[in-house]
Amino acid sequence: MNFELSEAHKLSQQMFRDFALNEVKPIAGLIDEEERFPVENIPKMAKYGILGIPFPVELGGQGADNLCYAMAVEELSRVCGTTGVIVSAHTSLCAAPIYEFGTPAQKEKYLIPLAKGEKLGAFGLTEPNAGTDAAAQQTVAVKKDNHYLINGSKIFITNAGYADIYVIMAMTDKSAGTRGISAFILEKDMPGFSIGKKELKLGIRGSATCELIFENVKVPLDNLLGQEGKGFKIAMQTLDGGRIGIAAQALGISQGAIDETIQYVKERRQFGKPISAFQNTQFQLADMQTKVDAARWLVYHAAFLKGQKKAYSKEAAQAKLFASEVAMEVTTKAVQLFGGYGYTREYPVERMMRDAKITEIYEGTSEVQKMVIAANILK
Amino acid sequence: MNIIVCIKQVPDTTEVRIDSKTGTLIREGIPSIINPDDKAGIEAAIQLKEKYNANITVISMGPPQAEIALKEAYAMGVDRVILLTDRAFAGSDTWATSLTLSYAIKKLDYDLIICGRQAIDGDTAQVGPQIAEHLMLPQVSYVSKIEKEDDKLKLKKVFEDGYQIIKVKTPCLITALKEMNNPRYMTVNRIFNVSNTKIVENWSINDIAMDAQLTGLKASPTQVKKIQTKTAKSSGKVHQVEPKEGAKLILEKLQEKFVI
Repeated sequence: MNFELSEAHKLSQQMFRDFALNEVKPIAGLIDEEERFPVENIPKMAKYGILGIPFPVELGGQGADNLCYAMAVEELSRVCGTTGVIVSAHTSLCAAPIYEFGTPAQKEKYLIPLAKGEKLGAFGLTEPNAGTDAAAQQTVAVKKDNHYLINGSKIFITNAGYADIYVIMAMTDKSAGTRGISAFILEKDMPGFSIGKKELKLGIRGSATCELIFENVKVPLDNLLGQEGKGFKIAMQTLDGGRIGIAAQALGISQGAIDETIQYVKERRQFGKPISAFQNTQFQLADMQTKVDAARWLVYHAAFLKGQKKAYSKEAAQAKLFASEVAMEVTTKAVQLFGGYGYTREYPVERMMRDAKITEIYEGTSEVQKMVIAANILK
Repeated sequence: MNIIVCIKQVPDTTEVRIDSKTGTLIREGIPSIINPDDKAGIEAAIQLKEKYNANITVISMGPPQAEIALKEAYAMGVDRVILLTDRAFAGSDTWATSLTLSYAIKKLDYDLIICGRQAIDGDTAQVGPQIAEHLMLPQVSYVSKIEKEDDKLKLKKVFEDGYQIIKVKTPCLITALKEMNNPRYMTVNRIFNVSNTKIVENWSINDIAMDAQLTGLKASPTQVKKIQTKTAKSSGKVHQVEPKEGAKLILEKLQEKFVI
């Protein structure tokens, strides 16, 4: 048993932290305020390998591991939840399934540019009538000659509009239930594929969350990801991995709120002394950091197991359940410790509190995580 | 072009605290970094490599822990990293350090040696210029810009109130200012390469063919007699008032203390 991070992980953490503080933090408040996707940071992240961390070098990646990837999402989210989810959705939900299930030709064509960060990725499963009940897919793909014809729509798609490559689920056999769902790789320029309404959100307001519309989109047979009818399995496995990314995002948001609070309580004076001298402040912060550290070990452990190619579905669900609930609690407490100033947009903790909420909802709500965990321990 | 960059690992703080009993730096709990001026030197070397193609060797003299600073330099994109580490070097002042470094540099090919202007812990700014003297090289200190012109380097040397443009023949030595650039980050791939392989070369006194009498504490003409920390003055009081009122306030306070 060794709880020490390797030298490579420590150096990576230092690099992600420097990058986050210098490149991401200065614009985090602004992109939230303007609800603007931080396009300027995508090439910068690509330059330093942040968009292809866990993939092999020969496939355009950085040859690092899942723990390193989780640490990147954590450090980015520590200053900006939006940037964290951009990297998470790109890596876990688009590049990862192509790496896991793609053919050599698909990896060559799609994974390499994704891992290099030349192209951005997204994933489409959710539909207006297929949220937690993901099996109720209404998007259909009909095989015709040398292509599939896809019709339907997706909602709440992260990176939509800015992504070049999309992994999309659609029904190829309505009578077969979950076994009738297949996964496809779509390119943004395919005729009939368009981006619909952009959602206005409570938090992670810089991230693009839009509807995808498919009107007779002709997708070559070569773009079927995995086998026909295996799409649901691919989606579920992809989400298992995605949960580590979101758990890391929640972890980063919480730690970021603590960072801000520690600085503030040392400066803010009431009754003649800094509020850090009051026991309430100390006890609150002690609770907050303890929970965040506990969340960190759950997240790192789940990432470690995935890297070791061991079963990690339960651990990823636990990490996401706990880290996201801790994020909500810790950011709310941070706002309270800031008092009235915390409620203003002059300080970043209100943004962090708004950003935290989504981590309890997307890529499986907290309730879904409990279903996954229970199913694992009751089997 | 062969470039050598000399770097030092320093504590990550400009407010170095000193143990009043032992007179040494308190390093506990303070992370170590590459000295900022030196890091700018690494970046400058990599930029030259990108423009004119060069081979970069980064060299540091220090305890085994300094290896991590060299790994960071490698992960930024340099070609070779060497750590001069030996008990014989311990306690070297700037003279012994610069002499030791120049023995190591003599073993290497170079057209340009880049040192940081000064380290944030010692603040002497002596090691770079001393290396140039030991190696009988022309030197330009306080450089904020490097360009290549035929076989010469065109350098911008900065003063407090102006600058000089200097052309110098290679081989030469320059000392770099941190203001000259924004050093790039490490890349994940190079970080993972570093830790998977034995990338840092460790050189001992035998590797640089140096007489042990010439290095270390006993070869150091500078001996630290005493180190003391400044006693902090009582913190002032902040008054936020209009200028006119402020002037009146200061006058009153000075009269109160019988200064005027």
